Amino acid sequence: MSTAETAARSSTTGPPRSSISAGQRRRRFGRRSVTRRVPPVVWALLLVPLLVELAWVFWPAFNSFQLSFTKWSGVGVAEPVGLKNYRTLLYDPIFHTAITNNVIWIVAFGGLSVVIGLALAVALNKPRRGVGAYRSGIYLPMVFSLAVTGLFWRVLYQPDGPINAILAAIGIDTGQHQWLADPNTALAAILVAALWRQAGYIMVLYLAGLKGCDPTLEEAAAVDGASWSQRFRYIVFPQLRNVNTVIFAVTVIDSLRTFDIVWAMTRGGPYNSTQLLSTYMYQVGFTQVNLGYGSAIAVVIFLLAIAFIITYLVRATREE
Amino acid sequence: MTTVTLAPATPAVAAGPRKPKRSWVFHAVMAPVTLLWVLPLAFVIMVAVRNFDDIASNGLGTWPKSFTLQAFRTAWVDGQLGGALRNSVVVTVCTVIAVLFLSSLAAFALSRYHIPAGRAILLLMLAGNLLPPQILLIPVAKICELIGIYDTLLALVVVQVGFGMGFFTFVLYGFMRSLPYEMFEAAKIDGAGDLRIYATIVLPLCRPALAALAALESTWVFNDLLWTLTVLRTDAKFPITASLLNLQGGYTTSWNVVAAGALIAAVPTTIVFFAFQRHFVSGLLVGANK
Repeated sequence: MSTAETAARSSTTGPPRSSISAGQRRRRFGRRSVTRRVPPVVWALLLVPLLVELAWVFWPAFNSFQLSFTKWSGVGVAEPVGLKNYRTLLYDPIFHTAITNNVIWIVAFGGLSVVIGLALAVALNKPRRGVGAYRSGIYLPMVFSLAVTGLFWRVLYQPDGPINAILAAIGIDTGQHQWLADPNTALAAILVAALWRQAGYIMVLYLAGLKGCDPTLEEAAAVDGASWSQRFRYIVFPQLRNVNTVIFAVTVIDSLRTFDIVWAMTRGGPYNSTQLLSTYMYQVGFTQVNLGYGSAIAVVIFLLAIAFIITYLVRATREE
Repeated sequence: MTTVTLAPATPAVAAGPRKPKRSWVFHAVMAPVTLLWVLPLAFVIMVAVRNFDDIASNGLGTWPKSFTLQAFRTAWVDGQLGGALRNSVVVTVCTVIAVLFLSSLAAFALSRYHIPAGRAILLLMLAGNLLPPQILLIPVAKICELIGIYDTLLALVVVQVGFGMGFFTFVLYGFMRSLPYEMFEAAKIDGAGDLRIYATIVLPLCRPALAALAALESTWVFNDLLWTLTVLRTDAKFPITASLLNLQGGYTTSWNVVAAGALIAAVPTTIVFFAFQRHFVSGLLVGANK
């Protein structure tokens, strides 16, 4: 019924179609839709997916907030304890280590992957012989899971393994250093493995950003005598602002989620030296089955992430 | 004449005779750099093809003095990676189909009809995907226990579908909005109903976007570890990533088996990557522009 109505109306009200600009057309379409009821079947199409997400994302998230104010071991009734979990967090040394490590992770992982990824993208931007092979080689690790990456690097980091062998070959004697068993080097060792995987991803994003840059601007600057570094600093980089925002938000959100690679390589050890918020939360919640306290850590992760989530959403809205 | 073709021409003219030298410098820098990314993989392969005695007597960091595929066999059969791979494929295929189907429905409704507060619903759905999964883990495990699907592959599929939905709805929404309006008008004039428009016009037109998203989501689901550890308990039901960590625990000293297992787990995503490289990269870019 409604389709017939629409069809009739559009055939009577339609001036020659070629004379309507895209903007006018969209407005006409919009106004007509307001007057027309959304058919029930379309509501169903929307509501099924929406309900799935509400049930499996928003409802659990809400539950975590509730649980964070309780003490619960998973059986029986959760015992309300008010803000006690959050007070305990303030004095929990492992939580402090986890927060510090997470900050180090965000800065080092984010900063280094952007520097490396951007440098690679600039180097491999112009088409020339061999570029395709270099690109593929660098972004191949991106398809390995973080768990696989972690295991790869566990093999490499073994005391009698390739990394120590190479270091010895170039004259750095490590005395078979145990990279992952030493609390001073474990986090950095995991970071290197994570960067190995991430650099190609950031490179791909920057390559796309560079493709979107207007080449005439750089050309004009070159004609005017701007050096390569000046052109990059004042012409190219400002045009990458959008990519930078995305990479910044994605990196922070991902860093707060980082779990797999640490779990595969050290499980937060030795002596909690590689504990991140997510691994500590998992340990408290699922190994110690301290569900209330684990939820409180999850809420902290959420609160840290929310600002960046909003940044992302605002940008998404603006682009629409 | 486009500026894109102009750009490389200018420096080439200016630097005419110097060009071979600069290209030499380029390769001299990029070849070792790329090697840094390829070498770790090469070393792991070298470890995987050695036998246990060779590694035990010569150490992990030496050139292989033996060649055998025994480690792959051990990982596949004794390490149960064969069954784990099957579980991974089942979960991945079901999740990708379900999440793309459901999110295409939502995207269709939101992009083609004037749903009240449609924009807010869309952003809410996207926000759900951006949440740190940690805030969902404990309640999700409890809900699965409550409705009796805890420790089943179904639970893993359902959880992944719910969590991925927002992102795919958002991307497909953007894509569907860019489809030419005239097609819908023509279909309506011809008397096509809403479901018919979705099935015969929108879905086929969305094929490139769906292919890119399928390539992307299949690697995400296949590579997942956290959701598996949250909703599965029985080893025999583990997909390959979780099974791999078990393998690592069971063969702590047999690094050739661990290396072989990790390589087995890396093969499917590598195949997807090379088979759908174009889709894969465009999927990543879609992800970046979400």
